[in-house]
Amino acid sequence: MIDRKYIGHELAPLTVEVERGQLLFFAKATGQADPIYLDEAAAKAAGYRALPAPPTFLFSLDLKRPNPFALYDELGIDLNRVLHGEQAFRYGAAICAGDVITLRAKIVDIYDKKGGALEFIVSDCTATNQNGEDVGGMTRSAVVRNG
Amino acid sequence: MMTTQTEARPATAWKDMAVGDAIPPLTTPPISRTTLALFAGGSGDHNPIHVDLDVAKAAGMNDVFAHGMLSMAYLARMLTDWAPQTALRAFSTRFVAITQIHDAITCTGTVVEKLERDGERLVRLDVQTANAAGEVKLSGQALVALP
Repeated sequence: MIDRKYIGHELAPLTVEVERGQLLFFAKATGQADPIYLDEAAAKAAGYRALPAPPTFLFSLDLKRPNPFALYDELGIDLNRVLHGEQAFRYGAAICAGDVITLRAKIVDIYDKKGGALEFIVSDCTATNQNGEDVGGMTRSAVVRNG
Repeated sequence: MMTTQTEARPATAWKDMAVGDAIPPLTTPPISRTTLALFAGGSGDHNPIHVDLDVAKAAGMNDVFAHGMLSMAYLARMLTDWAPQTALRAFSTRFVAITQIHDAITCTGTVVEKLERDGERLVRLDVQTANAAGEVKLSGQALVALP
């Protein structure tokens, strides 16, 4: 069982730059054909200051931690037993290439189902840009298979 | 070619949307091992269970399987093909079943509620992904502001 004392545990804040090259790589990997996500001129014509990050990209920014799976190590969980259960995003100001985003994440709940066969770790993350603007946030539920 | 947001996405007026209306669906080619390798790199999710057969088998899986966030990115593409990303207020999914290698994924979205909040007119969509056999893989919701 995961120690419930980790409910409320805050991860170290993470400040990362939104890299244009990664946005283009992400677009390629997801079959994106919309020029707004591929072409700086199209992005600017649509009102963005640079290539925008797509709706799920905040998750990728969070993965830029030195070891994105360190939390599982700390909780004593084998990464191979972890599945993604739920993911929710809320949106604020647009995130664009060149932005510097600060993410603040914490564990908001840990609970189990099926007599402990499945445990759920719910974490919430808020994000702000270099101007202190709210750029949205996300909630993730990770499922640990103990069976 | 320059394409503005308005040209790419003729804004659907809120008054013209009704509960039960579907937005244009999106179908992907079958997910290949290359797709997963590219998404691992592009998204920054280097969890080996998605790209390394040895790790997947050691974890009790028959094969590598798709990142949940790849399918969520496909759903996001469907949404931003239909409405500008700046209109997206919230987007969430549950990962109901594992998306297997070679699955061709169809994303769909249906209006389930029309609402007004904070001076905005919004629609709530049920969104989901399913494979060619119709098995639901992701099930979620999106909240989109419309003119």
